[in-house]
Amino acid sequence: MQSVKLAASALAIAAVSASAAAARDNVQVAGSSTVLPYASIVAEAFGENFDFPTPVVESGGSSAGLKRFCEGVGENTIDIANASRAIRAGEVETCAANGVTDIIEVRIGYDGIVFASQQTGPEFTAFEPSDLYNALAEQVLVDGELVANPHTTWADFNGDLPDVEIAAFIPGTKHGTREVFEEKVLLQGCEDTGAMEAMVAGGMSEDDAEDACMAVRTDGKSVDIDGDYTETLARIDSNPNGIGVFGLAFYENNTDKLKVATMSGVQPTTETIAEGEYPVSRPLFFYVKKAHIGVIPGLKEYAEFFVANEIAGPNGPLANYGLVSDPELADTQSKVSNEETMGSNM
Amino acid sequence: MTDATSQGGARPSGPSTRLTAADSRTKKRNASEKRFRAYGLAAIGTGLFFLVVLLTSIISNGSTAFMQTFIEVPVYLDPEALDPNGNRDPADISKVSTFGYNPLIQNAVFEQVQDKGIATDYEDAGDMKALISASAAAQLRDRVIANPDLIGETVDFQILASSRVDGYLKGRVGRDSITQDRNIDAGHLDIVDALREDGTVHKSFNFAFITGADASESRPEQAGLGVSMLGSFFMMLVVLFLALPIGVAASIYLEEFAPQNKFTDFIEVNISNLAAVPSIVFGILGLAAFIQFAHLPQSAPLVGGLTLTLMTLPTIVISTRASLKAVPPSIRDAALGVGASKMQSVFHHVLPLAMPGILTGTIIGLAQALGETAPLLLIGMVGYIATNYPEGVISGFMSPNSAMPAQIYEWAKRADPAYYERAWGGIIILLVFLLVMNVIAIVLRRKFERRW
Repeated sequence: MQSVKLAASALAIAAVSASAAAARDNVQVAGSSTVLPYASIVAEAFGENFDFPTPVVESGGSSAGLKRFCEGVGENTIDIANASRAIRAGEVETCAANGVTDIIEVRIGYDGIVFASQQTGPEFTAFEPSDLYNALAEQVLVDGELVANPHTTWADFNGDLPDVEIAAFIPGTKHGTREVFEEKVLLQGCEDTGAMEAMVAGGMSEDDAEDACMAVRTDGKSVDIDGDYTETLARIDSNPNGIGVFGLAFYENNTDKLKVATMSGVQPTTETIAEGEYPVSRPLFFYVKKAHIGVIPGLKEYAEFFVANEIAGPNGPLANYGLVSDPELADTQSKVSNEETMGSNM
Repeated sequence: MTDATSQGGARPSGPSTRLTAADSRTKKRNASEKRFRAYGLAAIGTGLFFLVVLLTSIISNGSTAFMQTFIEVPVYLDPEALDPNGNRDPADISKVSTFGYNPLIQNAVFEQVQDKGIATDYEDAGDMKALISASAAAQLRDRVIANPDLIGETVDFQILASSRVDGYLKGRVGRDSITQDRNIDAGHLDIVDALREDGTVHKSFNFAFITGADASESRPEQAGLGVSMLGSFFMMLVVLFLALPIGVAASIYLEEFAPQNKFTDFIEVNISNLAAVPSIVFGILGLAAFIQFAHLPQSAPLVGGLTLTLMTLPTIVISTRASLKAVPPSIRDAALGVGASKMQSVFHHVLPLAMPGILTGTIIGLAQALGETAPLLLIGMVGYIATNYPEGVISGFMSPNSAMPAQIYEWAKRADPAYYERAWGGIIILLVFLLVMNVIAIVLRRKFERRW
């Protein structure tokens, strides 16, 4: 008998809660794990300074976040998607098909991608894109011929680099960071070494050659890390010869364990990235569902607060954490306050 | 076998038949028994060794999270900065954001440094930022908004030190490890050393770690497990009130009433299989059924509880059926014999006798659900979530929250090494909860269990 009563009360709780589900009063954000630290810093300050509850920020990756963003309009869908890359045309189409037509794109700043190794490990202090290409690509140019990557140590192709086994830990394919690594490092290195030319001369189309350039060797010298940078750090910690790919902010929080390498002779810092000298950087975005502004309390205020000078400016807490602040922040601010959607100025 | 019997009896066939001296076969048997005992001891020893290693590493890594570094400093609440219009209007005062409070705190710390005559190269109060947690401004602002009369006075505050300073006092941050660090310099550590000698900077017990909310990446010193503990609590309520009645009803029906046929066999096999299904599968099921189909809110403890209910049900059904089976049939027969109906015999006699076993199974199931992270990953309970205390019971079930293991997982992922310490500290709290639940289960079993 008692269990019948219990079941009844449980059903009652479920019913009450289902009706309460209709009113959401907090902003919900999901997406890139690279943007998550920045979003959490903003959300915290937002909760402290406004009467709205602190927004909820989930991670899971840019693609996963945008997928949820495009599920539709309504209180059980998220309001903002964080992304470490721009939204793709296909994603805009999916969004539109599900009724998410008005999207406000907000660029919050830039993030640098750095190559770092153990503080006490071998002297990995200077890289060129061609070095990483030679070390990690599937096919490289040796004596003018394209061959499957034969290099086993860094010194095999560049006498200035340490004579140790190649062991690189790069982000897995579900990370936005991987895309930047492929395009700004591998592709660049492919062109620099002349492998690209050789591929096109060998009868490949331009697109196929680009794909071939960005293919990473699969013989275990390069390891895909699907988890977070903490996992990469753990791998580097246990492997003195390892080279890892990190976000600038993560590196700056772990300078006691990691030693960063220059790229094309430029030290990665917020300044060199802001000036565009350091080559491996990318813009960070978040996307706001315009249909939710005015429905979800605090949504527009949160978006405006995010790009305010005191937050995203060069001296704000985000820059302090490692974000490279956007020189065109004022444009972004006006875009958010005017609620300009992506289609409106194309 | 047949050979032995044909030789007549099991007498050893060796020359010696004396009972006092062991023959070679007996010696062999004794030796193999000794070996077996040694293997057993070695197995237990290995287990204990790893347990000790585990516990020492958890405690040595995590216990520091329970202490936190504070700075005691008198702060002058400058009316010009906090209430420019001078009319103490709460609306005006709340317009000053936390950014307006930062300079006041930095000035206060800088004055302390100068008053105490500490030699330093820093000439600007803004350089003190490295010592102070970003949470201090919010703490000050809340206090001023709650009591605007404080404006214009000098008030003693106990503010959190930044995570680097905290790490320095705990030995995690050293002078050689900060040479590359942009957030703090050796000069700051000199100030900390000096302020520590006169007690302005000190370590004390960190209640906020047990009761507080999650904090953003830039201020690990403020983060606490309290809100996610509430999240876990509400989830366990859902699991208890759904899994226990459903599980017990299902087991009573299957054990006492259901006919034995292919269909019930099929159900039984499936229940046993469900108990072995990886928990992440229940997470996907929860996402599809509760969030995408039933449109329950994301990240809500209700959804987490429902998902964990699915996971816990098989455990409860199996343990309940085992304890129902353990009640001797003579009890049922006696009840039926004096004219009780089948249902009366079950509810008046069998169920009360099986109750201790059922409760034990339930508590073990709950403990398992409490420590489960994987399903929660999929229903949005991992991230920067456990930041608002629920406002009431309904909000406790419905508003976004995390759970203890999910919060620990989240901390372990974050970049700042100070979060690593907090993740271990969280594990200590979680283990204490699990230990308490298991002890309750053991006590219940010892106290009420009957053997026939």
